Amino acid sequence: MARTPIEFRHNGRDQAIFVEEGSNLLDVLRRGVGDFAPKYGCGQGTCGCCTVLVDGEPHLSCLTLAETVAGRSIETTSGLGKGVELHPLQQAFMDNFAAQCGYCTPGMLMAAKSLLDHNPSPSRQEVVEAIAGNICRCTGYEPIIAAVLDASSRMSGRRSA
Amino acid sequence: MIEFRKDLFRDERDDNLNEIGKPTQRQDMVGHVTGRSPFYDDHAFEGLLHLRCLRSPHHHARLRSIEVRDAERSPGVHRVILAKDVPHNLNTLLSLMGFGLDDEPLISGGKVSYKGEPVAAVVAESERAAYDAIAKIRVSWEVLPHVLDVEDALKPGAVTVNDTYPGNTFTYHDKYDHQKLRFGDVEAAFRQADRVIEGRYQMSPIEQAPTETCGAIAAQENNGRFVCYTSTQALFFSLGTAAKLLNVPSNRLHFIGGTVGGGFGGKVDSLHEPMAILGCMLTGRPVKYMFDRAEEMQVGAPRGAERWYLKDAVGRDGRILGRQLTGYFDAGAYTRLSSYAIHKSTGHLPGPYTIPNVKSDVYCVFTNRTPSTAMRGFGITGVDFAIESHMDVVAHEIGMNPIEFRILNAYRDGDMKAHRRVAKNTALIECCQVVSEKANWPIRDDFRRMASSEGGGVGEAGRVPNYTATDQNGLVDTRNRGIKRRPGDPERPFSMPGTIPPRAEPARQPTPAPTYAGGGPLPGFAPTPGTGVRSEPRPSYAPSTTYSPQPVAPAASVASTQPTPASSAPPTPNRTGPNRFSSSVSGLRRR
Amino acid sequence: MPVSVKTYAGVEEAARALSASRSARFFGGGTLVMRALNEGTQAFDTVIRVTDPALRQVKPEGDRLTIGAGVTMAAVLANRDLAFLHPVARSIGGPAVRTMATIGGNLFAACPYGDFTVALLALDGAVTIAGGGRALNLDDFLKVRDREPRVIVTSVTITRPRDAQAFRFHKVSRIKPKGISVLSIAAHLPQSGGRVNNARVAYGAMGPTPLRVTGVERALEGRSLDASGIAPALAAATERLDPPTDALASSWYRREVAPVHLRRLLLNQAG
Repeated sequence: MARTPIEFRHNGRDQAIFVEEGSNLLDVLRRGVGDFAPKYGCGQGTCGCCTVLVDGEPHLSCLTLAETVAGRSIETTSGLGKGVELHPLQQAFMDNFAAQCGYCTPGMLMAAKSLLDHNPSPSRQEVVEAIAGNICRCTGYEPIIAAVLDASSRMSGRRSA
Repeated sequence: MIEFRKDLFRDERDDNLNEIGKPTQRQDMVGHVTGRSPFYDDHAFEGLLHLRCLRSPHHHARLRSIEVRDAERSPGVHRVILAKDVPHNLNTLLSLMGFGLDDEPLISGGKVSYKGEPVAAVVAESERAAYDAIAKIRVSWEVLPHVLDVEDALKPGAVTVNDTYPGNTFTYHDKYDHQKLRFGDVEAAFRQADRVIEGRYQMSPIEQAPTETCGAIAAQENNGRFVCYTSTQALFFSLGTAAKLLNVPSNRLHFIGGTVGGGFGGKVDSLHEPMAILGCMLTGRPVKYMFDRAEEMQVGAPRGAERWYLKDAVGRDGRILGRQLTGYFDAGAYTRLSSYAIHKSTGHLPGPYTIPNVKSDVYCVFTNRTPSTAMRGFGITGVDFAIESHMDVVAHEIGMNPIEFRILNAYRDGDMKAHRRVAKNTALIECCQVVSEKANWPIRDDFRRMASSEGGGVGEAGRVPNYTATDQNGLVDTRNRGIKRRPGDPERPFSMPGTIPPRAEPARQPTPAPTYAGGGPLPGFAPTPGTGVRSEPRPSYAPSTTYSPQPVAPAASVASTQPTPASSAPPTPNRTGPNRFSSSVSGLRRR
Repeated sequence: MPVSVKTYAGVEEAARALSASRSARFFGGGTLVMRALNEGTQAFDTVIRVTDPALRQVKPEGDRLTIGAGVTMAAVLANRDLAFLHPVARSIGGPAVRTMATIGGNLFAACPYGDFTVALLALDGAVTIAGGGRALNLDDFLKVRDREPRVIVTSVTITRPRDAQAFRFHKVSRIKPKGISVLSIAAHLPQSGGRVNNARVAYGAMGPTPLRVTGVERALEGRSLDASGIAPALAAATERLDPPTDALASSWYRREVAPVHLRRLLLNQAG
């Protein structure tokens, strides 16, 4: 099989890895890097479980050709917290009971992080639109929306402090 | 928003609750928000191989031939698995509880009975290599006529979907082609009724559609066992099923699960675990078998379709005097859990109402659709939809407020239910009263003052009727009772032997120990590819006592008044007293 | 076959490689090609990419605008010149799809996808193909696209609506805010003296590709956009159409509701 060497930054650390040509970023992260936080749900861009940030923008890693992230910076849920300290979004998801089975959570968190990175004080409607590409089949959308809004206010409190 | 109605059942309940009403954090929450919860696919294995199936493009077809040579030579392919490679290639899920006949192969070798049924599996270095090899398998199909509608499947001359049940119905109590419930005499009720109101209701199949698709990873442990990480919702069920299909003692299997990416009932069918373990046995490498999304939607077993016919006898005062129900559950091509869904549904009839005459016939029908299985309340949801729709229709027809109509007919504590248990802890009236408040749909004061704990069990409402009309309709002849098959039996769908072996547990003849069970290397440990179990004589199946469950007498959850078959619970002909059962769970509320 | 990925700096070079191989496909944003690869497609095994930034440019040219085929939905949303297309871009997928999906790729999306193309059709889109010389009318291109998947579209040129009210888009889906189309409608309705002049109306998910409804366009010509003015257009709303039946809606349903949504769009009551 044809293999191509690529380098990229993964949650702040440099990675150099051989990828099978045509393989998607999700497989490279999971089976190559060993980061199991992004999940496979559909392989066709409808569920959002594999959402990661590429240079700060949300991407569906299952539809991202691995070669295209050479030289770019990838963020996943594994890199959200600092050591034992959770990211405010993670803490807000916990405090608002915004996960049931937990399978959509890593993608949901990255979609939410992308929103808050660009728009620290979103409206409820903006939160809804930001997670519109992420399916929670346990249908726990309300606590998820509450958690993102909660994280937003915690983070703005931290900024003004 | 949860509202606690402490005004209801105030005298019967301890409100000093420790957990209910207070937030309790999930023990797995930190794992979820950090992305570290270990779903089955979140485990790294050196040398992991990928398994994919070639699936039938037809609803119903016979395999004339299957040519796998090109697939075996395809780059990255380790093994092509066919029906003949499955040690005990016939199973029914509930056989672990002694319920039903083995009717479904893990990989089909003779004919396929639904679109998507697997006929071969490829184990390869990558998913891409597996897809490429699958495309190189050549199958010669003889396409057969198919049937997709439950009532069409019961018409004379309909094609046989499932060779184990030539009449296209599951056999209940070894006797009838449907599950019966008889309570009183509905025909007499129809004669006495002011109105007789009929309705037909149906529900399509519903896919559970979990975001994590069904799957399993199997790998060898270095202690002679196979470890299996699985998405199953029913770990020991899957373990027992895998042990049976693979003909290994269950203590050779180490199942790890419990973290499920959404199940909703769709992850109990135990198809992935045995397949992944078999792939591992045959290649000596860790193997992952995972549905892709298209497979999850097309092949993953849904909640089955149901069709219901209801006929109510209604008196001048709005009381339901009799209710007759005929139900058709679409099991799809194989039984899976549908037979059990019908037990549940029949036990639920005629809904939460006190009706003195009830008759129901519920059929578990085989069609050439995807086999159906569990999903949240399966067996109840469809018939409740039918019953409650019909309640609205009847209320409308007789010009009654639909909530008052429900309260009037609601069961009360002490009432005798059609399945001959006394109703207790009933709460329908209170639910209706709260609905009336919340929906701003007023009801009369006298209905507002009624209570579930008052007025029940009075007179005939508290007793099994003195006379129950019974019948022998649907008595199966030998042809249709079900064919006990063994894996590898030739297909014999259209000509049946005249006598059927009595339905009992498989004979416990001494079984030659499987060649790999006696301390020798497991086939998966064989150093050279191609020396796995396939080259060894396949032991004919006889369940090993090490893992075979003891036969369980089928629960007489729905007692008919006919003499019940010998294999059933003690017969209860013309029982007049109530069945009582004590349960610490159901006794919680009322002390 | 194992997949190979070939990356080219220039479009012409890539177009030559693409036309030379039956088993090659051009890679735009990845939402179509990667999905096919993930699902084990046997239709192609070679993926051709171009890194030329020219594909990602937007150029106003008088009353026309040329949008590079590699412009993503997110880039449309970030571009003030394309404000009239923002509601259309926002209707495509969720944010992650929009950062990846390109307008060039949308031209190739199978029904019921391709809502952006519906808007481009209503705006008199013309497609430029690498090595293809003159621009091709978008409706002509869509008629042949499935027969010739091995071309590289480099840009689409559209009419810039002169006033904001003249261009309208409505996507009907069962799930909000992100659902797949039951149908979508785009209309460019320039008016002079209160009369429609040179209307263009297009549907998505009402046929195998996005399509213009010329019967509706003709029926609107010279009419005013009020209940009586649009009546002939509504009568022609589904003329000669054979909408698809899929998991979202039946052909019958699409035919029944199309005039309702068209009426709302024309009367500016869609929402």
